[in-house]
Amino acid sequence: MIEVKNLTKIYSGGVKAVDNISFRIEPGKIYGFLGPNGAGKSTTMNIITGYLAATSGTVTINGYDIFKDAKKAKSCIGYLPEQPPLYQELTPREYLDICAGLKKIPKSERPGEIATVIKRTGLEKVQDRLIRSLSKGYKQRVGLAQAIIGGPDIIILDEPTVGLDPIQIIEIRELIKSLKKDHTVILSSHILTEVNEICDSILIINKGRLVVENTTENLGSNDGKELLLLTVKGKSEAVRSVILKTVGEKVGLAFSKSSESDCVDVRIEYPAGKDIREDLSYAFAVARIPVLGMKKDTVSLEEVFIEYTSGEKTQEQEDVYEYEPSDAGAEESNETSGKENSGGEEENR
Amino acid sequence: MGSVYKKEMKVMFSGMMGFIFIAVILLVVGLFMRVYNLGGAYSLSSFEYSLNGGIWAYLVVVPVLTMRSMAEETKSRTDQLLFTSPISMADIVLGKYLAMITVIGIPCLVFCFYPLIFSAYGNVNFLASYAGILIFFLLGAMLISIGLFISTLTDSQIISAVISFVVVLMALLMSSIISLVESSSLASMAAFTVVVALVTLLVKVMTKDWTIALIVGIVLEVGVLALFFIDSTILETALSSLLGSFAVFNMIENILFDGLIDLTVYFYFITVTVMFLFLSVQSLEKRRWS
Repeated sequence: MIEVKNLTKIYSGGVKAVDNISFRIEPGKIYGFLGPNGAGKSTTMNIITGYLAATSGTVTINGYDIFKDAKKAKSCIGYLPEQPPLYQELTPREYLDICAGLKKIPKSERPGEIATVIKRTGLEKVQDRLIRSLSKGYKQRVGLAQAIIGGPDIIILDEPTVGLDPIQIIEIRELIKSLKKDHTVILSSHILTEVNEICDSILIINKGRLVVENTTENLGSNDGKELLLLTVKGKSEAVRSVILKTVGEKVGLAFSKSSESDCVDVRIEYPAGKDIREDLSYAFAVARIPVLGMKKDTVSLEEVFIEYTSGEKTQEQEDVYEYEPSDAGAEESNETSGKENSGGEEENR
Repeated sequence: MGSVYKKEMKVMFSGMMGFIFIAVILLVVGLFMRVYNLGGAYSLSSFEYSLNGGIWAYLVVVPVLTMRSMAEETKSRTDQLLFTSPISMADIVLGKYLAMITVIGIPCLVFCFYPLIFSAYGNVNFLASYAGILIFFLLGAMLISIGLFISTLTDSQIISAVISFVVVLMALLMSSIISLVESSSLASMAAFTVVVALVTLLVKVMTKDWTIALIVGIVLEVGVLALFFIDSTILETALSSLLGSFAVFNMIENILFDGLIDLTVYFYFITVTVMFLFLSVQSLEKRRWS
């Protein structure tokens, strides 16, 4: 378990990289650490692992303070930094032997432990070649092997799948998922689908501050809203009145100029639970406003991410009507996603 | 400490590097040995004379050996592995240091056989020979600790090597420099001002803070000026003793040429070594806070 309290890091140049962050990492889960470049992800990870000292605040690993009880705290952590810390002159096997020594794994257990991690990370073929001559994907695996050697309670991975090919990415993801059984994993990533797929919980940080801390499930349905994208031929005032009349007041609307002439694009945000597409298409037909495109969308992690990290709403949203989030039932969302395939995209001329 | 040592030795001897360092030291000392000990004009049985010439090998070996010790780790980010492992900063510094002095220790062990071989052909003063080999090793150990410290200050291997080279060169040339230095009080004052400027720069590099560095510099300079106006003779003697404390050549000359085994020199080298190892640990600790 990791407990971070009021962590602040100000670099000697005066840059505030981390600003009063507090959170708790529970055992047996995978945490995703998100944020734009320069948000302070790596700095936070570097402080948690004891590489950097914090300006103020505390980090406790399994009850040991990372500054005061550094050795005990560090022995609970396996860390793969952004750039894997590899000695290019050694072979993976020699390198892992050194790492096992650095991590104080008893001599008698080392050969077995090294063989296990080599197998787990798929390094058997290259274990006796120089690290220098390995491809980036294999180097990343050696770094990962180094992080999991000795089975530390907590494994911290800074962008573990960067630079890997798609097959390797899937393999590494499976490996990370398999770690969940007996480790706590924290990983940072730019790939939001990856975080969505692997992680149980998500922490988003922006400009050194923690802006979101929630489970992946909650973030996906949290807002209990559904999205519909329309391309309509007509004036935005007329379109707006039709939509409001049909759907009701509890709706968010965003108009933007369409790429097609005389058309507007509308993004409708409405409470989940009811499919409004049929009603809308009839209503537009009655009002003699042609609908050129209609597509259902879901609230993605991307949107949550952008919403919390840009500091303001996206620029397409010119006006937003009153909107109240309601709880979306699991059955209802299944039902609607089934319909999405059949009638998700309609085009008429 | 053991794992860091093991890692350093593996890296050093997995390629040519470690062997080249050993070869260079053996070669340079061997050249002088050919001239002094093996036939030719001198044909002496004192191996110490050859060592006296051999210390010039350090001018190349020490900067190149130490430049990679910390600077390379910082550059390639492998320091992240070391600093996040459950070992102390002192373990890291000592592990690296021991590996480096092992590299210069191996040729010194080889040298230990030379006096034995010579003794088959003439009288050898074993005490002087082995005292000479020991001080040769300790000199290298001291210069390496200084180089290691310099390496912790930067992530550029080139800068580290150049500064170490200048430091070793100054140490080796200092005995000649002293004889050239004018000992007038004005010249001493100027020399001390240069020293103050260097100290100020070092403080700046260590703390990355101009205010602290300038305060230190101004306080020291005021002290120098005060001494100059109050009693300038103090400054004169201070300069020669200051320079003298860097003149390692002078210090070991007595041991190597006259067989005068001056224990204070051994003690001095060990003290300086310990001091720079301590400074290296502090310098690395400090980096985590910057």
